[in-house]
Amino acid sequence: MTAIGAMTGAAANGSGQAGMTGTRSLSIRGLTKEYVRGKPVLRGISLDIAGQGITAIIGPSGTGKSTLIRCINRLVEPTAGEIWFQGMDLARLRGRSLREARRRIGMVFQEYNLVERLSVMENLLCGRLGYISPVRAWLRRFDPADIERAFELLDIVGLGAFATQRADALSGGQRQRVGIARAVMQRPDLLLADEPTSSLDPKTSVEIMELMAGLTAQHDIPVILNIHNVELAKRFAARIVGMAGGHVVFDGLPADLRDDHLKQIYGGEGWLE
Amino acid sequence: MIADQRRWERFTPRERLLRFTFYLVAVAAFVVSVQTVEVIPEFLYDAPEQVVDLFARMWPMDLKYYPKAVHAALIETLHIATLGTILSLGLALPVGILAARNVVPVTAINQFAKLVLVSSRSVNSLVWALLFVAVFGPGALAGTLAIAFRSIGFVGKLFGEALEEANRGPVEALTAAGAPWPSVFLKAYWPQVQPAFWSIALFRWDINIRESAVLGLVGAGGIGVALDTALTLLYWDQVAVVLATIFAVVILAEIIVTTIRSRII
Repeated sequence: MTAIGAMTGAAANGSGQAGMTGTRSLSIRGLTKEYVRGKPVLRGISLDIAGQGITAIIGPSGTGKSTLIRCINRLVEPTAGEIWFQGMDLARLRGRSLREARRRIGMVFQEYNLVERLSVMENLLCGRLGYISPVRAWLRRFDPADIERAFELLDIVGLGAFATQRADALSGGQRQRVGIARAVMQRPDLLLADEPTSSLDPKTSVEIMELMAGLTAQHDIPVILNIHNVELAKRFAARIVGMAGGHVVFDGLPADLRDDHLKQIYGGEGWLE
Repeated sequence: MIADQRRWERFTPRERLLRFTFYLVAVAAFVVSVQTVEVIPEFLYDAPEQVVDLFARMWPMDLKYYPKAVHAALIETLHIATLGTILSLGLALPVGILAARNVVPVTAINQFAKLVLVSSRSVNSLVWALLFVAVFGPGALAGTLAIAFRSIGFVGKLFGEALEEANRGPVEALTAAGAPWPSVFLKAYWPQVQPAFWSIALFRWDINIRESAVLGLVGAGGIGVALDTALTLLYWDQVAVVLATIFAVVILAEIIVTTIRSRII
């Protein structure tokens, strides 16, 4: 925990790469997704996300938060719209250029999505697979600098002693730490997090959020985060986007999010009391 | 009225009628089958005597036949089974991958791969052996290829199904990291299906030991040749040696496979 505290502190006083933030912003224009023809899940979303800090997307289940995040790195194919990042429309990329864009975008998943039967170290190195050839991946000829960095990251996430353990031997919180470290191994210019704490207990959830906020602040990586827990969103995010019915219905600072907004986002009011 | 609605029965009248029809058809089919087979009663009554007579001619076994002809043939059988299995693994791996709908999401390719697998399975090892004996002449090569071609369908089908059951999560994660397709397969799919693959391979090797034992009957090499010779010459004491050898080897293979499988899973 002390390592994380130190990191957050370092981030607060030393965002030396401020010049980079311009290249890390994301611009979504008229994004629409229909899984079934004529039944859009996303209805023309337009969002500009600055190249730093955490943007939390909140909203009820089934409102398209996950779809929105997955459209950005094209795990889900958008039906219409543009997603501009580093001078490219991500929605139109194919083949090699899509892979090269994807390796600049890290992702953290609700179910961690580790390769269970591989060691923690190899799971981290999987974050570098976009940068090395399949033959080198097969022969496990990873770059020594990457291995060095993986060890450093394992120390930072508090799993220094677990490098050779198999991923399926870890607890949920430990797995998500590996998931975050794997994403940071990509040296991403953007981090997507799809409900990263929904499978974890409340205490571990806070620890995972602290770790993610600390690491991304240190490397000046902007984060787009889907989250169910409104309190966690307010505590860690610089900006909150509230979605309902495939539209953005709130967009502002955590401090400006009122009960009225929550009623509008989630519907009803009895649950707020 | 309410009491009526609350009455419960296991089957509706319609289901009961269908079940009765099914039993009726089953009995009718049995009667027709017996008539078609044309069992000759004299041969049937005679059977116990014949069995006793056969065993009398088999015992004592002609153990000298083992070093003379059986041992070399047995080794050849093991070679045929093992080489045939290894060959089939190499051929079944790509076909199995192409058959898995989640790994290769192109229906036309899946269907083609499944056609290949079904063709391999629909032909019996002995028929494959007959084909290869016709092409390459009698001997172990024909036997090895027969085993390999029959096994492709088995290994490929089970391997493809194991791939389809693989968890999608790691695949998504590595795709999102920008990994090229071969790397996604190597690091996300393969670690998940590896135990299944080796388990299928061992299981097939076990089956192939048994199958390659009879290939000699059609001239495709192995211990079956020794069996065929002894049968043709009516040397039942030698037939007994061959049968005992096959039995011992099958048991041994079973033990080996079970031991290894319990280690890798």
